[in-house]
Amino acid sequence: MEILATRNDKGTIVAISGKMDAVTAPVYEQKLRELIDGGETVFVNDFSRLAYISSAGLRSILATAKILKPKQGTLMFCGLTGPVRDVFEISGFGSLFPLHPSPEAALKSIG
Amino acid sequence: MSQRSLRLEARIENLEAMLAFVAESAGKLGWLGERLPNIELAVEEAAVNVCNHAYPEGEGFIELSAGGSRDSFMVVINDAGIPFDILAAPEPDLTADITEREIGGLGCFLIRSLTDRVSYRREGERNILQLEFLREKGQEC
Repeated sequence: MEILATRNDKGTIVAISGKMDAVTAPVYEQKLRELIDGGETVFVNDFSRLAYISSAGLRSILATAKILKPKQGTLMFCGLTGPVRDVFEISGFGSLFPLHPSPEAALKSIG
Repeated sequence: MSQRSLRLEARIENLEAMLAFVAESAGKLGWLGERLPNIELAVEEAAVNVCNHAYPEGEGFIELSAGGSRDSFMVVINDAGIPFDILAAPEPDLTADITEREIGGLGCFLIRSLTDRVSYRREGERNILQLEFLREKGQEC
């Protein structure tokens, strides 16, 4: 798994590629926590190059969302494909978080 | 029906080797297409449960057996840890919002959702979890 965070004036785009599984999910959670501690509150997770996500990945996402909630932060997602989209649908995460076709569309949605 | 098996220490560090074993076993039987991520995911969820919870007092093994045909692929996971029936795990509330939604409980739910047939039994000191994936008629496997 690789994580690339790019700061934008409207929020931070976090592009994740590879696999988000029990081994790598904690790395994602740690990275997001650091960004939140640094004052970031608006995140777009770009999953267009993410091939796989397991419940460990979902747990890390939910834990991050729970930290952001009292800070009035936003966790958005874009570019979900194939198995990752399936897992989001099955788990109900697709209705828990805003999904967008692209990072641009996600940032545009917050005005 | 060819059957292969792999026995490893039940540790998260071995997860990649377990998934590679399952993918290779599935591939040998012609399961190369869109079901493979589902199979890997169900096996990961089951294996992670064993690694994290089966041996609270120390370490132990996990054994995976894989086999089948082009129409049915079966993975059997067994360990000598404490009894744990994933089929008895409660359903997560999929409609709860971020504040109410509980962290955890999704692994067992994903296994049940992604597997065509799943069964659990306790045999002596062993947990035996059987995951079966079926190819639908006309579907690429």
